[in-house]
Amino acid sequence: MEFLLVNGPGLLFYLFAALAVLSAILVVSLRNPMYSAFALLVSFLAVAALFFLLHAEFLAVVQIFVYGGGIMVLFLFVIMLVNLHRIQEAEIYGMQWPAALLLAVMLIGLVSWVVARVQFSPANLAPATLVSVDGEVVGNVQAVAWQLFQQYLLPFEIASLFLLVAMIGAVVLARKD
Amino acid sequence: MFEITTNHYLVLSAMLFVIGLVGILTRRNMIVVLMSIELVLNSVNLNLAAFSYQYSDLTGQIMGVFVIAVAAGEAAIGLAILVGLYRLRGTTSLDHASELKG
Repeated sequence: MEFLLVNGPGLLFYLFAALAVLSAILVVSLRNPMYSAFALLVSFLAVAALFFLLHAEFLAVVQIFVYGGGIMVLFLFVIMLVNLHRIQEAEIYGMQWPAALLLAVMLIGLVSWVVARVQFSPANLAPATLVSVDGEVVGNVQAVAWQLFQQYLLPFEIASLFLLVAMIGAVVLARKD
Repeated sequence: MFEITTNHYLVLSAMLFVIGLVGILTRRNMIVVLMSIELVLNSVNLNLAAFSYQYSDLTGQIMGVFVIAVAAGEAAIGLAILVGLYRLRGTTSLDHASELKG
């Protein structure tokens, strides 16, 4: 019990990190896109749990809503729309897969090599600025909202315009003509 | 013993990024390629959140919200293009979309 209390966050990190990586590998390697979509959902939820560990509660909930809800429904809807039973793939990978795999291993080696050489000072355990507005502790959602509507108001409005353009574009692209 | 630093998150994020990159580069089915793009964007978000925690700065989380918005728009447009490709060719394989090949 003592061990769990002391090492809880670390154990949770390893649990959800393993879950995220394994399900990500399943997304890329499974033959049926429907199974890939469900593995993708598991990966999203595991990353959402990691956001909770990182004191990014708002981001975690948005991740579950938008990725786990919206984008996943969009994927499943399109998979049902395109009737995969008629599509028989002999080979799910293109012929360039050895080069891609080599490149990927080299990239992850490079990134790990660089990260191993960087030392960060230990992050503070109760990050006050992530949950407070003007020194008053109010919670992560209100702190994010405060910043978003004060300092980042213009990018926020541009993002809403972008979503409008994306919606109109999707409707125009997908309609029957 | 199980102390977690920002470096752990960076390595995890790099692993997710590379897995997504392999999916984008190797898979023939466009649906799975789009899912791999989502994996890559998600790993970027993890990185932003990790640095936000490291430096106790909310900017990283706000950038993460914007990345999620862009990912949602990208998924909608990509899947609309996929439906168009399926109507035109009767398949979702990217090998059949080779008009621009030299």
